[in-house]
Amino acid sequence: MNTGFWTLTFWVGFLAATVRMATPLIIATLGETFAERSGVLNLGIEGMMIFGALAGFLTTYFTKSLWLGVLVATLSGIAFGWLMAFLTVTLTLSQHVSGLGITIFASGLAYYTYRAAIGSPTVPPTIKAFSTLKIPLLWKIPIIGPILFDQYAITYIGILLVPLAGYLIYKTTFGLSLRAVGENPEAADAMGINVYKIRYTALLIAGGLAGLSGAFFTLAEFNMFLYDIVAGRGWVAIALVIFANWIPSKVLWGALFFGSIDAIGLRLQGTAIKVPFQVYLMLPYIFTIIVLILIARNASYPSALLKPYRRE
Amino acid sequence: MEKEKIVEMRNIRKTFLNNVANNNINFVVYKGEIVSLLGENGAGKTTLMKILYGMYTKDSGEIFVNGKKVEINSPKDAIALGIGMVHQHFTLVRTLTVLENVILGLPSPKGINLDFDYARKRLQEIIQRYGLVVNPDAKIWQLSVGERQRVEIIKALYRNINVLILDEPTAVLTPQEVEELFKTLRIFKKEGKSIVFISHKLEEVMEISDRIVILRNGVVTGERRKEETNARELARLMVGREVIEVLREKTSVTEKSPLLKVEGLKALNDKNLVALKGISFSVNKGEILGVAGVAGNGQRELEDVICGVRKPISGHIFLDKDEISGRSPKEIIRLGVGRIPEDRMESGLILDLPLYENLVIEFYDKPPFSKGMLINYKSIKRFAQKLIKEYRIKTASIDVKTRTLSGGNLQKVILARVLSQSPKFIIASQPTRGLDVGAMEYIHEKLLEARNNGAGILLISEDLHEVLNLSDRIMVMYEGEIMGIIDRSKEKVDIEELGLMMAGAKRRKVS
Amino acid sequence: MSWPTIKLEKRLPPPVWFQVLTPVIAVFISLLISAIFILILGKNPITAFYYILKGSIGTWFAFKEMLVKAAPLILTGVAVAIAFIAKYWNIGAEGQLYAGALAAAWIGMLNLPLPKPVYILLVITVGFIAGAIWSGIPGYLKAKLKVDDVVTTLLMNYIMIYTVSALLNGPWRNPVTMYPSSTPIAQNARFPIIIPRSRVHFGLIISLLAVLFMYFLVRKTKLGFEIRATGANPSAAKFLGIDTIKSIIVISIISGGIAGLAGVGEVAGVHYHLIRGLSPGYGYSGIIIAMLGRLNSIGVLLAAIYFAIIINGAQFMSITLNIPSYIATVIQGITLIVMLAMLLLFEYRIKIGRSK
Repeated sequence: MNTGFWTLTFWVGFLAATVRMATPLIIATLGETFAERSGVLNLGIEGMMIFGALAGFLTTYFTKSLWLGVLVATLSGIAFGWLMAFLTVTLTLSQHVSGLGITIFASGLAYYTYRAAIGSPTVPPTIKAFSTLKIPLLWKIPIIGPILFDQYAITYIGILLVPLAGYLIYKTTFGLSLRAVGENPEAADAMGINVYKIRYTALLIAGGLAGLSGAFFTLAEFNMFLYDIVAGRGWVAIALVIFANWIPSKVLWGALFFGSIDAIGLRLQGTAIKVPFQVYLMLPYIFTIIVLILIARNASYPSALLKPYRRE
Repeated sequence: MEKEKIVEMRNIRKTFLNNVANNNINFVVYKGEIVSLLGENGAGKTTLMKILYGMYTKDSGEIFVNGKKVEINSPKDAIALGIGMVHQHFTLVRTLTVLENVILGLPSPKGINLDFDYARKRLQEIIQRYGLVVNPDAKIWQLSVGERQRVEIIKALYRNINVLILDEPTAVLTPQEVEELFKTLRIFKKEGKSIVFISHKLEEVMEISDRIVILRNGVVTGERRKEETNARELARLMVGREVIEVLREKTSVTEKSPLLKVEGLKALNDKNLVALKGISFSVNKGEILGVAGVAGNGQRELEDVICGVRKPISGHIFLDKDEISGRSPKEIIRLGVGRIPEDRMESGLILDLPLYENLVIEFYDKPPFSKGMLINYKSIKRFAQKLIKEYRIKTASIDVKTRTLSGGNLQKVILARVLSQSPKFIIASQPTRGLDVGAMEYIHEKLLEARNNGAGILLISEDLHEVLNLSDRIMVMYEGEIMGIIDRSKEKVDIEELGLMMAGAKRRKVS
Repeated sequence: MSWPTIKLEKRLPPPVWFQVLTPVIAVFISLLISAIFILILGKNPITAFYYILKGSIGTWFAFKEMLVKAAPLILTGVAVAIAFIAKYWNIGAEGQLYAGALAAAWIGMLNLPLPKPVYILLVITVGFIAGAIWSGIPGYLKAKLKVDDVVTTLLMNYIMIYTVSALLNGPWRNPVTMYPSSTPIAQNARFPIIIPRSRVHFGLIISLLAVLFMYFLVRKTKLGFEIRATGANPSAAKFLGIDTIKSIIVISIISGGIAGLAGVGEVAGVHYHLIRGLSPGYGYSGIIIAMLGRLNSIGVLLAAIYFAIIINGAQFMSITLNIPSYIATVIQGITLIVMLAMLLLFEYRIKIGRSK
């Protein structure tokens, strides 16, 4: 692949890769947006994604069904979301430590399960992963077609989730309660809203989406489960929520921005510019930190974030 | 009494840890009446009403609404039974609009979708019917305190309540706003709604109530119809003895020399709005300058600037010859400022540290408490022992977490820490809020003692009685400006004039 | 639907014996829960735990190997604990460890003409500084610019690990073996072995000194008081005259430096060159050790030894029983959660199933 830097093919390929790489970030970040809007920082997200990646892979590996894999990955995320809710909402434990505990536990459990189920063969087993789904007619539009309408099914789901999340948060009674609970749980409680129920729901959504996001790695992006396959994307999602100011539509743009950094790395590896590929792998993390520095002062965190709610 | 009972609470008991907040209380609300729950802070009024509103679970007792026995486990249950409550600390979501706050928690006629059109129409009806003017699309943080209270009341009305509980509704209002509120309440009464009015202010209770129930230390000490009682009797029932005015001796410092001089001080509040509009005043040696005014008129920002946690945008503060504005808290403490902050739990103390550390936290880095990089805990503990004896701080030991002390004792810890350094100047903000009478008197006594020993004191308090009882001069603040200073060595205080100044309706020339 | 039927009620602080016993109970409960995952594989958890113990303290050799593991765990435990006391959420001990390792390898590979004690001191100092810088950056960002420390410290881990990887696959690649590992460090830069016929090295002594240092810092110094105050309530601490910004920056530097020392020990005491996968997650284990040790110096020491036993023993058990050694990570995650839940009992009584 010695495509020139300035050719159209290069840019179409780059933008298509951007959308693809943004997919897990869009999904996970939307989930995290729900969690944080309800007042809970879900640091378990990385572990939930790793476990989702594994659950999706193993299910598909044994059943040959990709969609069953997607389902099981999502359900596994929901299960960990429930655990996170139990720890931080019911038991009112520290959200920081609970989330880290879940990440360590879930990632450990994922690798443990993988070893137990697969062993450690020299060549990791593979599945037949999702191939891209060409949207009839639309994919033939020049430039736009290959970028937007020749993607994985999960990518389409991720993009559709953006308006859905916006609708849920801004137009429904659940969304209004969610925003109130994350901002002022005492007030929400006084208005008869069940703070616990809203936070549980938000964390189940966050967990489910984290699991789904993880499945993207093993069922679409790659066709196998690798150690550290998620590689800190969960933490990037946490940063993205701040970047997006807890607004779903901005999540899309933020995720595409970070997807593009990932994609640049992929593209430049094939060009004449000789930089160790690890430098490209580093880029998203460096950019995330820079972005955090730039927006830290103006971020409007949900006021109740990190604060457990205890009724007297 | 022939009137219909709407709510009846029987033998209500509620304890927090070892503290009995409600001890077998009986309380009735009749249709179309305004009943006051009168009592001091901590008497159990709010607790009782939070039980009725489903925010607290009672330990024992029974509640009847419209003659039927009910279990109220959440505010939702209470609202369904027609009971609404306006809390002392508003339960509004700052980042949502008025309209969103009003429909918060209600089912929508459109199922899971919010129905703003319908809500807007009903809201307009309520606004017009009761004259509760407010912009439905404003975000809560943009509203004044009075407007926020209106939103709270609208919220309750939107839910078709029959019983409205108001918890200290006048604490944050100007006298004029109070009048408006009372007008609205009388309309409700005319419509057959019942109102429970929680207060510790005798005059208000006498003005608005039909019936008054008095609580003290978690028990009912009396019930009176308004016609058959007077303020004196109520005060006795509330406090347990006749109210005694604190005796203010003449100050021992005769020459008047300014100690703290504030010149043209301007500062912003947390929302970056101008909260202090270039004020100037001074506090003399050996006097207490009381600051009267409704909360939110710049007192908090003044306190913050003097304490060193808010940088002014212009102006100066001098303590003797030293400029203190813009300096760090540590430097300000070193220059001889004693600080008793409004927010004692969140600023004045670190509740999770042991008591002995809180007793020295403002000067732990000075000898003999530390040397070089090291801390001398032996001398700190010795000092702490001395202070708890001297200031009669009730605690199991000096090693306990500070959190375990009661409110009054927590304030004594701050007082002991501050006074032990014999500060030249003391700023005391709401020094007795939420304390029982004993602790309150003790703190007043100590402040007067410090004044008699020559300290200058700036006393910021929402409790007008406290300001009147302690101050040598009274300064009134309104919207970040000084409305006037009353020098009590030269004139008597005219309460009506004071009220008008607090409401911004009258301004004096400040000399 | 029935929502939480668990109620929390405030209580008075529990007796001291309960507080001391808490970590022990937490360990016991977490092993019980972990046993489920062994049972699922159709293996006997008792046998598994027996082999874990056998493989870590069952023989003198195993015991010494356990001590080799304990050294970096104690250091990362101390590093995280002092940071957490100040509520500086240093999740970046892993990256700081690699920073220290990288610096130690760099100095060690220079083959400077220095006597052993001087060279070792130099390696330690430079490794400390490297870790300190890697932690000081997020510390500074948190204190001065209010940038979320959890995220920055986490992301800095990835940046450092990729940096190490880039070096090992590029300029530092061993020219002889062509493996992605650096050339060996100078003989004089290597830590002495402190127990004959074992791999137990000077790093263990450093780690014990770190425990002493932590005790001294927290209990006897002004900085210790300042970080406790800052951690307990930053806005009150600031109001009361404590320079919270300085406290956080200083503690972030010390914390990162100590984590860096763990990396120095791995390079100068164990491997003698920089390799990928130098740490099997010591930095993350440090978080669990700090919490299990209740942010207390002696507690951290004991917790680190406990996890050294688990991690080392799990390897042995894995080989003997064919249970994946990742069970050690599972145990760590569960222990963290259980310990956290146990701490709740200090403040609350838990009542189950009274509401409907």
